[in-house]
Amino acid sequence: MSDAHSTSRPILEVRNLKVQFQVRGEGQWPWSPKRFLKAVDGVSFDLRAGETLGIVGESGCGKSTLARALIDLVPIADGSVRWQGDEMRGAGPEAWQAKRKVVQMIFQDPLASLDPRMTVAQIIGEPLRTHCPELSAAEHNERVLAMMLRVGLTAQQINRYPHEFSGGQCQRIGIARALILKPQVVICDEPVSALDVSIQAQIINLLKELQAEMGLALIFIAHDLAVVKHISQRVMVMYLGRAMEIAQKHALYDSPRHPYTQALLSAIPVPDPKIERAKTLQLLQGDLPSAINQPSGCVFRTRCPKAVEECAKNIPALRRISEQSESACILG
Amino acid sequence: MNPLTPSKNDGLVQGLSRLPDPGSPPRNLWADARTRFFRNKAAVISLVVLSTIILACAIGPLLLPHAFDTADWDAMSLGPSFKNAHFWGTDEAGRDLLVRCLVGGRISLMVGLMATFASVTVGIAWGAVAGFVGGKVDAFMMRIVDMMYAIPYLLIAILLVTILGREFYLVVITITVFSWMDMARIVRGQTLSLRSREYVEAAHSIGVPIHRIITTHIVPNLLGVVVIYTTVTVPGVILTESVLSFLGLGIQEPMTSWGVLIEDGTKVMEVSPWILLFPAAMLSITLYCFNFIGDGMRDALDPKDR
Amino acid sequence: MNMNTTSNPLMQVSQLAVQFETPDGVINAVNGITFTLDRGKTLGIVGESGSGKSQSVLAMMGLLATNGRATGQVLYQGQDLISMPTADLNRIRGNRVAMIFQDPMTSLNPYLTVERQMTEVLELHKGLSRREARVRAIQTLDAVKMPEAARRINMYPHEFSGGMRQRVMIAMALLCEPDVLIADEPTTALDVTVQAQILVLMRELQRDFGTAIVLITHDLGVVAGLCNEVMVLYGGQVMEQGSAEAIFYRPSHPYTAGLLAAVPRLEDGDAPMLAIPGAPPNMARLPAGCPFTDRCAMALPQCGVERPAFAASAHDADVLRACHLGIEDVTRNLQYLKSQLGVAT
Repeated sequence: MSDAHSTSRPILEVRNLKVQFQVRGEGQWPWSPKRFLKAVDGVSFDLRAGETLGIVGESGCGKSTLARALIDLVPIADGSVRWQGDEMRGAGPEAWQAKRKVVQMIFQDPLASLDPRMTVAQIIGEPLRTHCPELSAAEHNERVLAMMLRVGLTAQQINRYPHEFSGGQCQRIGIARALILKPQVVICDEPVSALDVSIQAQIINLLKELQAEMGLALIFIAHDLAVVKHISQRVMVMYLGRAMEIAQKHALYDSPRHPYTQALLSAIPVPDPKIERAKTLQLLQGDLPSAINQPSGCVFRTRCPKAVEECAKNIPALRRISEQSESACILG
Repeated sequence: MNPLTPSKNDGLVQGLSRLPDPGSPPRNLWADARTRFFRNKAAVISLVVLSTIILACAIGPLLLPHAFDTADWDAMSLGPSFKNAHFWGTDEAGRDLLVRCLVGGRISLMVGLMATFASVTVGIAWGAVAGFVGGKVDAFMMRIVDMMYAIPYLLIAILLVTILGREFYLVVITITVFSWMDMARIVRGQTLSLRSREYVEAAHSIGVPIHRIITTHIVPNLLGVVVIYTTVTVPGVILTESVLSFLGLGIQEPMTSWGVLIEDGTKVMEVSPWILLFPAAMLSITLYCFNFIGDGMRDALDPKDR
Repeated sequence: MNMNTTSNPLMQVSQLAVQFETPDGVINAVNGITFTLDRGKTLGIVGESGSGKSQSVLAMMGLLATNGRATGQVLYQGQDLISMPTADLNRIRGNRVAMIFQDPMTSLNPYLTVERQMTEVLELHKGLSRREARVRAIQTLDAVKMPEAARRINMYPHEFSGGMRQRVMIAMALLCEPDVLIADEPTTALDVTVQAQILVLMRELQRDFGTAIVLITHDLGVVAGLCNEVMVLYGGQVMEQGSAEAIFYRPSHPYTAGLLAAVPRLEDGDAPMLAIPGAPPNMARLPAGCPFTDRCAMALPQCGVERPAFAASAHDADVLRACHLGIEDVTRNLQYLKSQLGVAT
């Protein structure tokens, strides 16, 4: 979704991205046709410098796979990914290495994303060692220490090991590691899902501060729409590898167009007894269909309360409904 | 005007994004493991006993009055006694048994440690490459491992010995050839599991080159498993050497090892049982010690406790 | 909750405490929980990691690890479950008091069909034959709205999706029509749309079967939808306890208030969230006083030293709280904090 008034190019342009994995099932002979799990099946969006795009979806929607495909952690099967205008699909390791200074990632499990045998200093310093080996030891240590203090750790913790920290502190270490190269974009893959509620707010507030200070663009992936609301300007809702709706925050939360978004919003439990009990839920029937044998037409039609016959025929494209939102539903 | 209760200082609002310092000294994972190891009584006792045996084998023969291959003509086939300081008796050629056991221990332990070192090195290299590269290369390398398992080692040992002779280093090579597969499999399995850990993924996303990922992330996290399996490999190797020597395929005269001594002892075990019992006991105790130490290490380094 | 309840409560827990013997010392996982559960009511136990919420219900069911010890009293219809011999406890567990766990994949036996796992319960507790038990099992699966129950009952757990497996667990728990259902984070591992289905189901079942529910969760939204009464735990101790209205609309404890302010809300516009500083407590080294002291923005010096008494609030006789500060001070401090951050009050 590009802004017609801006002249600058988006920092990330994704067009029709597809990621698939080959699946070997039972009863398959070497000559039987290959079966593919379509983890991401044609997703397109833009990201501008300094903005936050939230990507929301439940399990199996492909959001984590999408994030990994954007930085070459899983191969891109089809489509185009342009970072700073450079086409990255089919790019070699040197091209990706240059982009690593621009894009960094924060992971979901704070403790598992840190090497248990390395100290905090070594973990945070690893990107510096890889991309800026010419730094002197003093400069290196200074930058590591500065980053640690910036994310809320203390200097005495510099030689500790990850298992000595709580989940929230581990995530701070992860953030420090991602930001030490001063990237322009940070992909946050469910950074607060594994944390307690009281710690989630700390980390989200920290990310917002750092974003404002460093002018970062964020891709914030989560399964919780409420969390995403606090940090994103635009939100993309995914289901079974496809984008169902992309909209500016207020458009999405105040007037969601796609039935899935509506169901998702109504399903979130609100910590307010009166509201919660008076709520009319839009319940979805059934289960997530198989990602290997996807339903024809709109993938959401098997569970959609508003599905009609038309929905089974063609895959609905993402249509622009208004200046601020696009929705992949033929019912508008 | 501060509406807060009077005793609370103004550090309040800043405290909302800063964290308190843990306050305790850093805890190294290896130090943790060491503490856990020393809590295991069987492992500690085994460590002490094993150290005693190694020490005895190393400097014992220098302190004792007899050489391992000289015959004492007035003490042939003597049982354990204080006569002539033959504490463990002599064999039918009059050679002091204690010194022979200690010297034989030197050889057995040296062969054990050298063959272990060689097979661990080969095993780690093989397993790490197979595990990290994956795909067809991995499949090919593991089929070779399977083939090695299928070959009856005794047959090949006999062939090798017949063709190449019974030099010390050849015995080590023969044993190595048949002992590296376990380590290769273990290392490959561990590498496969480490490869998909999130911190390895994070290293990829940072742009760390592959060789640096293997050396800084994979290998240090393999060490725990490697240490455990090394302590398990050593007794196996010592036993293999003893078996080969017992069958006459291992260490050659005049050198001796526990296997050779045991073979000698079986020949006269009805008449002079001590000639069999002492070397057998030393071998058994050493093997038990390694096993208990290996158990202790596995418990100490158990990933679940991290 | 305690003053106005019926004279015959279903379950009465007093001063429940759980201790674990570990190589690092004794850990007081739970330190004094008291509540009463009436027929048909729902109690929500809310807490974060390390608050002791799971351990307290495991202690009630006699499912603690071998190095754990429970003290206090858990009276179910007058009988103390903690001191009961295992044979008697087995007659109550699964029968009168049932439990559902967080992860349905690991709570169901992967080697047995669903039918076998369900009929086992009925054969054991109700003495039914295999055939009768199967009929009852299918009926219960219908009650939890599992489509094609008669066909699916022969399948193995791994053939179900997460939401369906949780329905199986709920069905298994309801087979003997228990008086009390204990649900330990039943929807945490599920997607939010599936969670909504399960919560609706639980509400309906409670209405139809009249089961009392003890719901353990960290999600305040789930509690708001399902529970009449709420207990807030931190560091193994109760911080505040009372009716859902009182807790959500008039929180009188700094932790409860902080938690409510830290939850991201859909309807809040762009207001920042109030973060509670610090990290969950180290259960092996709790302060002598209130466990929340280190993270409390309003802590007094005595808070770290003297454990606050757990007593009725001055404003609301049905609310119990453990805090040295009075309610007015808490409310005033909270408003100050929120205004400092620009958070809506």
